[in-house]
Amino acid sequence: MSLSRPAKWVLRIATILGLSVIYVPLGIVLLNSFNSDRTFAWPPTGLTMQWWHSAWENDGARRALWTSVQVGLGATAVALVLGTMVAFAVGRFRFFGRNAVSLLVVLPIALPGIVTGIALQSAYHSVVQPLGIQKGLFWVIVGHATFCVVVVYNNMLARLRRLGGSFEEASADLGAGPVQTFRYITLPLVRSALFAGGLLAFALSFDEIIVTTFTAGPGIQTLPLWIFTNLARPNQAPVINVVAAVLIVVSVIPISVAQRLSADSGGGRL
Amino acid sequence: MVRSTSRPFASWLHAHAKVRLVALLSAPMLWLVVAYLGSLAVLLVSSLWTVNSFTGEVIRTPTMVNFRTILTDDVYRTVALRTVAVAASVTVIDALIAFPMALFMAKVASRSARHWLVIAVLTPLWASYLVKAYAWRVMLANGGPVDWFLGGPGRGPGYGLTATVIVLSYLWLPYMILPIFTGLDRLPDSLLEASADLGARSWRTIRSVVLPTVVPSVIAGSIFTFSLSLGDYIAVQIVGGKYQLIGNLVYINFGTAGNLPFAAALATIPVLIMVGYLLAVRRSRALEQL
Repeated sequence: MSLSRPAKWVLRIATILGLSVIYVPLGIVLLNSFNSDRTFAWPPTGLTMQWWHSAWENDGARRALWTSVQVGLGATAVALVLGTMVAFAVGRFRFFGRNAVSLLVVLPIALPGIVTGIALQSAYHSVVQPLGIQKGLFWVIVGHATFCVVVVYNNMLARLRRLGGSFEEASADLGAGPVQTFRYITLPLVRSALFAGGLLAFALSFDEIIVTTFTAGPGIQTLPLWIFTNLARPNQAPVINVVAAVLIVVSVIPISVAQRLSADSGGGRL
Repeated sequence: MVRSTSRPFASWLHAHAKVRLVALLSAPMLWLVVAYLGSLAVLLVSSLWTVNSFTGEVIRTPTMVNFRTILTDDVYRTVALRTVAVAASVTVIDALIAFPMALFMAKVASRSARHWLVIAVLTPLWASYLVKAYAWRVMLANGGPVDWFLGGPGRGPGYGLTATVIVLSYLWLPYMILPIFTGLDRLPDSLLEASADLGARSWRTIRSVVLPTVVPSVIAGSIFTFSLSLGDYIAVQIVGGKYQLIGNLVYINFGTAGNLPFAAALATIPVLIMVGYLLAVRRSRALEQL
C-alpha cells in the first residue's frame, strides 16, 4: 500500500476509536447486568448474580421470547422461499423490468420502518379486517417477511453472480432436467448462502420493533416489545438489563456463523 | 437427450425459459406488489380520509384537509424540518466516522485482520436495536458513564436532541461502513500505487483517487442512514427527552389519538422525501450498491 506511515497511523487510531465507541455501550450493558446497585450507580460498587436469576424466573420475558422465535421462524421461512425465487429470476435471466424488480425488493428496507408499519396497519384496517381475518401472529409475520426478503435476496444474488451459470449449463447438456439440476448442482452450491441469508433474516425479525408495534394484534408481545413496555418501569430495569445482555451475547453467534458462510459475497452484505 | 425425452415436462420446462422466469417471479411479485405496494397504496388513499371526532369512525370521503393542516400548522413544519436536520446530521456524522474506518479495513489492515474487523463491525449491526438504544440511555443517564468520563454529573449532553443524534449515528453506523468498505475493497491497489508513483502524497491520493470512487458507496449508505433516521421514533422516546420527530407524531396519531388517516398523511412526508432522494441519486449507480 502506498499510504504514508503517519496516514496509516491516523487511520488505525480512527478505527480503534470507532470500534471502542461501538463496543463500550454494549460492554456497559453486560457489566451492569451484574451491577448490585438497583439504579446502576456508576462505577459499580459490587457485583451480583441476582438479576440473572430473577430474569430467568420472569414469565413475561419467557413468553415474549417464545413469540419472537415463532415470528422469526415464520418470517424467515417466507423470506427464504421468496428471496431465493427473486434472486434466481434476477441473477439468471435478462428481462424487461429487471431493475424495477430489484428496486421493489430493496424498497421495504429503503423506506423507513414506520412507513411499512403504518401502511400494513392501514391495509389491515381497510382490506383485511373486513374479510374477517384476525390480526394474530399472522399479520406480524407478513410485516416481517416483507423486509426480510431483501436479506436472503442479497446473499443469494451475490452467490449466484459469483458462481456464473456454467455448472447448470453443463448439467443440462448432460441431460439433467431443471429439477434434477437444481437438486444436485445448484442447491449444494448455494446452500451456505441460503443458510447465511436465513440466519440474518431471523436476526432482523428478532430485532424488529417498529413494524411489530403497528402490526401486532392485542396481547401479542415480542421480546423487543416487552423490553420497550418495561423500559418505563424503573423496578424492572435490572431484569431488562439482563435480557439486553442475553440478546447481545446470543446475536453474536448467528452473525459470526453467517459471516463465515457468506465470506465470498464481498465482505458481508446487508 | 434420450433421458430428457422420457420426462416430457422437464424438457418442456428446459426449452421455455420464459415459463421458468414467470414461475420464479410470480409468488414474490404477488407478495411484494399486493402485500407491500398494495399497503402503500392504501396508505396514500387513506391519508385523504378523515375521522369523525365524536364517534371515531373513519369517513371515507377524499379531502385534502389533513394535508392542509400539515402545511399550515407550524408544529408540523417545525417537526418535519427538525427531523430532516437530524437525519442529515446523522448521515454526515456517519460518513465522517465510516470513511477512515472503511479505508483502514480495506486498504491498510492485513487479510486476517480484515476478516475479524468485518465481523466486529457487522455484529452490532444485527445486535438488537433496542438494546443499543437502551445502552445509550444507560450511558447518558445523569451521573452515568458519560458524565463520569467527562468529570461529574451534568457534564455530559444528557437526554435531548444531541443525544438523539448521537444514538441514531451509533445505530446506523454499520450501514454506512459496509457499503464504503465494499466500494474500497473493489478499488485496485494499483491505482493507489500509480498515484504515489506520479508523486501524490497520501492526502492527495485520498482526495483525488479514493474519495471520488467511494461517492456511490457513501450515497448507498446514506440511503439507509437517512431513511432509518427519518422514520425513527423509538430512540427519540428513549433518549430524546421532550423532543419529537415525525415518527412520534405518526405514532401518537395512530395510537393514542386513534386518527389513522392523519397518521397516514404524516407518514407520506418521509415517503415523499425518500422517493425524491432515491430519484435524485438514481443516476449515481448507488442503488446497485445496496
